Amino acid sequence: MSKKIGVIVFPGSNCDHDAYHAMKHVMNADTTFLWHKDKEIGDLDLVIVPGGFSYGDYLRSGAIARFSPIMEAVQDYVKKGFPVLGICNGFQILLEAGLLPGAMLHNEKLRFVCKNVNIRVENNRSLFTSGMKEGTVLNVPVSHGEGNYFIDDEGLSDLKEHEQIAFRYCDANGNVTQEANFNGSVDSIAGIINKQGNVLGMMPHPERAMEPLLGSSDGIPFFESIFNSLQLA
Amino acid sequence: MSQTTLQEPEVNLELAIDHGLTEDEYEMIKDYLGRTPTFTELGVYSVMWSEHCSYKNSILEIKKLPREGDQLLVGAGEENAGLVDIGDGLACAFKIESHNHPSAIEPYEGAATGVGGIHRDIFTMGARPVASLNSLRFGDMENPRVRYLLDGVVRGISDYGNSFGIPMVGGEIYFDEAYEGNPLVNAMSVGIVKVGETASAIAEGIGNPVLIVGSSTGRDGIHGATFASEDISEESEAKRPSVQVGDPFTEKLLLEASLEALKTGAIVGMQDMGAAGIACSSSEMTAKGGLGMNMDLDKIPMREEGMTSYEILLSESQERMLIVAEKGREQEIIDVYEKWDLNAVVCGEVVEGDRVTYWKDGEVKADMPADSLVLGGGAPQYVREAKKPEYLDTVQNFDTDTLQHSDDFKTILLDLLNAPNIASKRWVHEQYDTTVRTNTVNAPGASDSGLIRIKDSKKGLAVKTDCNGRYVYLNPRKGGQIAVAESARNVVCSGAKPVAITNCLNFGNPYKPDVYWTFKEALGGMGDACRKLNTPVTGGNVSFYNENPKGAIFPTPVIGMLGIVEDVEKHRMTPGFKNDGDAVLYIGAERKGLGGSEYLNTIHHLTTGDTPDIDLDFEAILQESLLEAIKSGNLNAVHDISDGGLATTLAEMAIFGAKGADVSIDDFAGSLHEILFSEAQSGAVISCDPEKVEAVSDHFKKFNIPVHEFGTVGGSELTINDVVSIQISEMSNRYEGAIPKAMEV
Amino acid sequence: MYKAKVNITLRKSILDPKGKAAHHALQNLGLKNVKDVRIGKFIEMNIDADSQNEARELAETACTQLLANEVMEDFQVEIEE
Repeated sequence: MSKKIGVIVFPGSNCDHDAYHAMKHVMNADTTFLWHKDKEIGDLDLVIVPGGFSYGDYLRSGAIARFSPIMEAVQDYVKKGFPVLGICNGFQILLEAGLLPGAMLHNEKLRFVCKNVNIRVENNRSLFTSGMKEGTVLNVPVSHGEGNYFIDDEGLSDLKEHEQIAFRYCDANGNVTQEANFNGSVDSIAGIINKQGNVLGMMPHPERAMEPLLGSSDGIPFFESIFNSLQLA
Repeated sequence: MSQTTLQEPEVNLELAIDHGLTEDEYEMIKDYLGRTPTFTELGVYSVMWSEHCSYKNSILEIKKLPREGDQLLVGAGEENAGLVDIGDGLACAFKIESHNHPSAIEPYEGAATGVGGIHRDIFTMGARPVASLNSLRFGDMENPRVRYLLDGVVRGISDYGNSFGIPMVGGEIYFDEAYEGNPLVNAMSVGIVKVGETASAIAEGIGNPVLIVGSSTGRDGIHGATFASEDISEESEAKRPSVQVGDPFTEKLLLEASLEALKTGAIVGMQDMGAAGIACSSSEMTAKGGLGMNMDLDKIPMREEGMTSYEILLSESQERMLIVAEKGREQEIIDVYEKWDLNAVVCGEVVEGDRVTYWKDGEVKADMPADSLVLGGGAPQYVREAKKPEYLDTVQNFDTDTLQHSDDFKTILLDLLNAPNIASKRWVHEQYDTTVRTNTVNAPGASDSGLIRIKDSKKGLAVKTDCNGRYVYLNPRKGGQIAVAESARNVVCSGAKPVAITNCLNFGNPYKPDVYWTFKEALGGMGDACRKLNTPVTGGNVSFYNENPKGAIFPTPVIGMLGIVEDVEKHRMTPGFKNDGDAVLYIGAERKGLGGSEYLNTIHHLTTGDTPDIDLDFEAILQESLLEAIKSGNLNAVHDISDGGLATTLAEMAIFGAKGADVSIDDFAGSLHEILFSEAQSGAVISCDPEKVEAVSDHFKKFNIPVHEFGTVGGSELTINDVVSIQISEMSNRYEGAIPKAMEV
Repeated sequence: MYKAKVNITLRKSILDPKGKAAHHALQNLGLKNVKDVRIGKFIEMNIDADSQNEARELAETACTQLLANEVMEDFQVEIEE
């Protein structure tokens, strides 16, 4: 059975087509767009909150998008235990919506950064990462100006205690180094999950790493891992 | 709210001259109207006849360029951008445009709105932008003002382009004192549209409604177009408020809404608003349709109160478009724009006749024959006086043998790799989103040209901007030829067949005879090369008056080349060395002549000598044979030889591939300095599996292209005879470190 | 009608890289006595309310709901008639 995936379109989303293409044409999933004014999610196996600059990110990244009608539906969808994946601006929106803890600051060097980076799978006890070995290194693009993840000490201990850190920036050999943490994130965090384990937010773009022609296909094992979990659910 | 009615100034010759018009032009206006123009009309004529909108001093020369080709779907200048048939039922719309003067005054907003403007030109044609490039020129990096400008321009391009969501796939940055105080910011957009689904900038069908869509109108950039047609002076520095502010978020909505609105089939014509806003878009669409248009300015959504008809017509508020709809179907269009939270308001009508008529407060404020306003119609066209500049004989006769040449080749090479013109621009392009839309095969950096794949097709597009202003300065004709030839060679090196160009002609004041001579010669050179390489000109932009108190910039006709890769999976090519043991071969012309080289510039601090020779017949065969070799699958790496010569090319191939090479230059003729650092044209370094050397050599011999094997890939060093031996890491440090070091002082 | 003036700054505990960069630049300009720079946002709102207190409450609600993210930002509200 083909998986049913929804990709939300906010005004200013610009990675919505990338997520759609990755799901529909690479993962062969039944993929649809959800409009920000929609009030219902419908019968979907996974919702992706894609990257971009929703509402221009003019106030703060994701701050306005979280008031869209669709985000209320997302809150319900999450409460029911369905999975939601936020990528880049999608991660920022999930933070603003309170679906994930913490906040996003400007990159430490105050410049937008677009390049391929390495991230390490920190735990495989979530539905998103269960198909990958812990310590697996994925080479994926990042492309953001505000990806410097912030959480206070208490929050960080909480994340660690509940094994909520999904990905950390690392070097090619999987070592978490200061140099690899190019945006200055607390504890080199690249992606986190919520306590219930059904919401993942990450700054890197696995949906842009799906074809060898474009430089990396490390996004495929990641999405295969998610799809396998959906199969079991 | 108190009602203030401003007394309009009396229109007379003096006021016309204040508006930048000449006495003759003022007389022409009176002839067209049969009366003295109103204040509003004078304002409209002054911007429509400014250099920026009318091309009055360039159009007669531009028309001499080759503008015909089987693959061209619209003629040059007919629409907002060139349109090339790329097969599979698809067409590519592409164009390059300057935003030099606004960027000199306010680098961030100037560059940002430049990016916005060029993308709008592309999606106005119904094409979805898929790639961006930019071509930048600045003064010496030692100058803090230059670093400020570079930082602002890059941030402006980055913030606008990244938010708008189009990948930056290529570009170039040059630094030279000649651009001090007058940087060049040229932005290029490339879009894709299905053949037959394009939109035209035309007003047709009597009774059809006219809509303004997008942002509200404010007092932004009034007379920006006239401002772009003046030399930069201290006075124009004080004109800072006239620079517009970009809103990439609204432009993104405008893009999505416009492409969706076109799908309704209810749109007859569409034109974006750039320079001279409503005045320009409405008169151009009207003139093109051969009809008239009535417009009620009271209907235009305003951002500020109390704007006059003069201000409304000339406002350059960004992110707006004018649409002519099929009568009775306007609501379908309005619904789409409202879905995207954008204004869409009926403000006029296509009418019989040939005049554009603008109403406000129940009165006619301006009423002019549309054709009299526009380029190709009644706008003036001039041939200016041309005179060969005196410096040319001196520089071209300079004998480089009279210089003291150091034999420390290692130091020279490292200094070249560290030179801002050659060093890696990673610091810049990492600030641009290069991977959004998931099509980018070759990103900026380790590639001769940007390369994107086309989804639902086997094809790819290779795109490149190029111009060595120093070459054009030293020899305008050869410089013009080389700008075209080199950009074509660059797309060939990525596996593409060059098909057409767009150009951005950046020159000084055309009223100076030596500037005009250079302009004519450079265009002549471009035309020579375009004819020979079969890459017609599809359109572009002219930017005159690029001067600072010290004089004109280097004449800089930037070429935007479009190439088609037939099978992107199989034919894509990159310059980095691939495998240990691969053979390294040289193909092409003799390496001779140091004139105009980066070697002279960096090591001897000289801008002199004659520009390298180019034999266009030879160049055409070289490109054809090289493309065929790439398509045969026999080559592993290909890199064009350009700035910094053979030594720099080898160093880059080693740095990009993280693999060294051991080469011997015994078989090259000439002095060591020439062999290593000459920027002679029509040459490339290629690598292949050792067992394929014979087949590759035979292939080039068949075309009479000189070819010889001269080294092997491997190790961690670049070794050239016994004259150079450098670790890749040492080269890489200089190559990658130069720009970040300069910028983060 | 009241005017609310809102200042939003990064919480004291959070590194303010823009402020740091500006501070560094000011030091380079010789303004050594500038000891600390914090960069924030300034927002003005015209609020229709019956009393100053009501205007303040509305402004604070606007801040907590949208204008500021209290995970990383502090805000101060001033009300003028």
